[in-house]
Amino acid sequence: MEFGEIVSVLLQGAVVTIEIVAMALPLAIIMAFSFGLIRLYASAPFKQIAIFYIEFFRGTSALIQLYWIYFVLPFFGITIDAMTAAVVALGLNIGAYGTEVVRGAIQSVPKGQFEASIALNFTATQRLWRIIMPQALVNMIPPFGNLAIELVKATSLVSLITIGDLTFKAKSLADTTLQVGEIFGVVLVLYFVMAQCLMFFIKRLEKRLSKGLGRGGIHS
Amino acid sequence: MSTPIIEFKNVKKCFGETVIFSDFNFKVEENEIVSIIGPSGSGKSTLLRILMTLEGIDGGYINIAGESLWHMLWQGQYVPANNKHLHKMRNHLGMVFQHFNLFPHMTVKRNITEAPMRVKGISREEAEASAERLLQLVGLADKADSYPNDLSGGQKQRVGIARALAMKPSILLLDEITSALDPELVDEVLDVIRNLVKEESFTMLLVTHEMYFAREISDRVCFFDKGAIVEEGKPEAIFTQPQEERTKAFLNAYLGQ
Amino acid sequence: MNGFHWDWAFMWEVFPIILSAAKVTLLATLLGSIFAIVMGLVFALLRRNSSKTIRLSVYWVVEFIRSTPLLVQIFFLYYVMPEFGISMSPLVTGVFALGLHYGAYLSEVFRSGIDGIEKGQWEAARALNLSKLDTYKDIVLPQAIRPMIPATGNYIIAMFKETPQLSAITLLEMLQMAKIIGSENFRYLEPFTLVGVMYLVFSLLAAFGIHQLERRFPKEGFSLK
Ligand SMILES: Nc1ncnc2c1ncn2[C@@H]1O[C@H](COP(=O)(O)OP(=O)(O)O)[C@@H](O)[C@H]1O
Ligand SMILES: [Mg+2]
Repeated sequence: MEFGEIVSVLLQGAVVTIEIVAMALPLAIIMAFSFGLIRLYASAPFKQIAIFYIEFFRGTSALIQLYWIYFVLPFFGITIDAMTAAVVALGLNIGAYGTEVVRGAIQSVPKGQFEASIALNFTATQRLWRIIMPQALVNMIPPFGNLAIELVKATSLVSLITIGDLTFKAKSLADTTLQVGEIFGVVLVLYFVMAQCLMFFIKRLEKRLSKGLGRGGIHS
Repeated sequence: MSTPIIEFKNVKKCFGETVIFSDFNFKVEENEIVSIIGPSGSGKSTLLRILMTLEGIDGGYINIAGESLWHMLWQGQYVPANNKHLHKMRNHLGMVFQHFNLFPHMTVKRNITEAPMRVKGISREEAEASAERLLQLVGLADKADSYPNDLSGGQKQRVGIARALAMKPSILLLDEITSALDPELVDEVLDVIRNLVKEESFTMLLVTHEMYFAREISDRVCFFDKGAIVEEGKPEAIFTQPQEERTKAFLNAYLGQ
Repeated sequence: MNGFHWDWAFMWEVFPIILSAAKVTLLATLLGSIFAIVMGLVFALLRRNSSKTIRLSVYWVVEFIRSTPLLVQIFFLYYVMPEFGISMSPLVTGVFALGLHYGAYLSEVFRSGIDGIEKGQWEAARALNLSKLDTYKDIVLPQAIRPMIPATGNYIIAMFKETPQLSAITLLEMLQMAKIIGSENFRYLEPFTLVGVMYLVFSLLAAFGIHQLERRFPKEGFSLK
């Protein structure tokens, strides 16, 4: 096979990979925020549910979660297509790690900020969303960036439930053409490029969000 | 005498096993300026933080303007205050912190306008006009659009004062507002307070280690030790003729007399 | 499909088989960790090399390994290395892949651990005229190890949880075993759930173990013989 042909097939796979990331990432972020906030502020029974979700998805491995959702749920009468299984499994998995990012970032906002917002008589909701969260968000960006890269890497697992992502395309090309060196070399480079692009955007986002927080010590 | 604006009755406060106040009684009259001095760890900050509802109490009552701070009437009985009651009571109070606690993600102007707009529902125009006046008062009119992290410590604290004043509290709590500052920046902050009390009457409760300032500004000085008022009186009396040994020792150490 | 009840008899039948496959999983994790720690140290020390070229290239190698999927790295080693005349069994491939991947992560842990040693310690070692090797062996590592335990432990647990990917190159570890059992019996519920529970139990145990290890570890460091 021509090198150009190989690359073009692989690029098709890369598009699928990006699609999965684009769907799983929002799910992960929603899970991270909702369960991170529940874990911090909700009453005991809800907290327990959040802890169960977090421990379960962090304690077992992503591939097993993917298989469970794809192969086991049909036994419960819930049949979902491979793509949905992939997005749900990866979104919930990365989301569970994200809860700890959200929690850690909120807790790292200096206590004085919370106290000043009480002294100014903001309501609990205003304190969280107007004072604490904008500062916590800045702290969240770098670890969320790392998680996003973990997500890109984890999408390769979906090739094992027959989704035609970048890794799947590579594996099937390798099985048929035997040009394994070029194929896997290109694939590694493509993943690397995706991760670097992601990192670039994250860095820019961090810069924009940290306006005013720049030289911040705790004594603001 | 009228009802005191602040009244502590048999207040008890513990941190776990440590008892800070065992049976604390204290009154402040309206428009009175009271300085609290005393060794560190004696409970001065805790006193202000209880008033600002940053710490709860374990016994007794506190009245603010004749109404209980930490309790509310419910079906004819006093029960622990809920959030709504605390929200109402906090309207009386404003606080300036030792470490400023400005919001680093907001400009100076927004630090000052945010609470009046969001909490009191004042229009943006009105809040901004008032912020400009306050910035003028603290001498920072040109810093409205700066971020806190671009200001010096003294400037930050002056914004802190303006931010607290913007909520028009009837009681102002100042907790060692110059302790975190380099010595040469202390006076620019104290001058703001001096001007403030010259122009308007305030009930002010301030914890300070600046003895000359306490002497000059206060109506009454309280010397605090181990969670109790050891001695109190007119500044002249406390600073020139302290009666208690502990007060003398403390003042000697501080003033090097 | 009437398979949504939990079949205890089937589970008990499957359990010992999965348990025997757990040995393979644990072996891969153990060997992978050892290799990862070695690679991590190598990368970390190379990042302190006096040559800027070496420092920079190692930085990019580590960055590359960290930002590409383990699964693809496994495939790369398994399918591409034979082209260079290096054929490895699934287990050996797995150990190398896990070791390289997590070695890259660990190098950052080790690097910041070594950077955490005060400058005075290095200067003292120099004043005593210790060789570079002795400085690391006797002065730096004994002090650096304790603070590195939690992060290192977490990465080893993370590695453990990625071992199921070795099923993709037919290593007969827990997940691969569960898949085979599942497809033979047309029942995935019990085998997959069992594997999930095994991972949960093992990682909780490991987290507890690491915590204990850190607590027991002498604060003043220890001497490497
Ligand atoms: N949140 C807290 N938890 C436990 N102990 C506290 C807390 N806040 C203050 N304390 C203790 O209460 C005592 C009084 O503290 P504080 O009111 O800050 O003293 P001051 O302001 O006079 O220096 C100190 O011994 C301090 O250690
Ligand atoms: Mg204090």
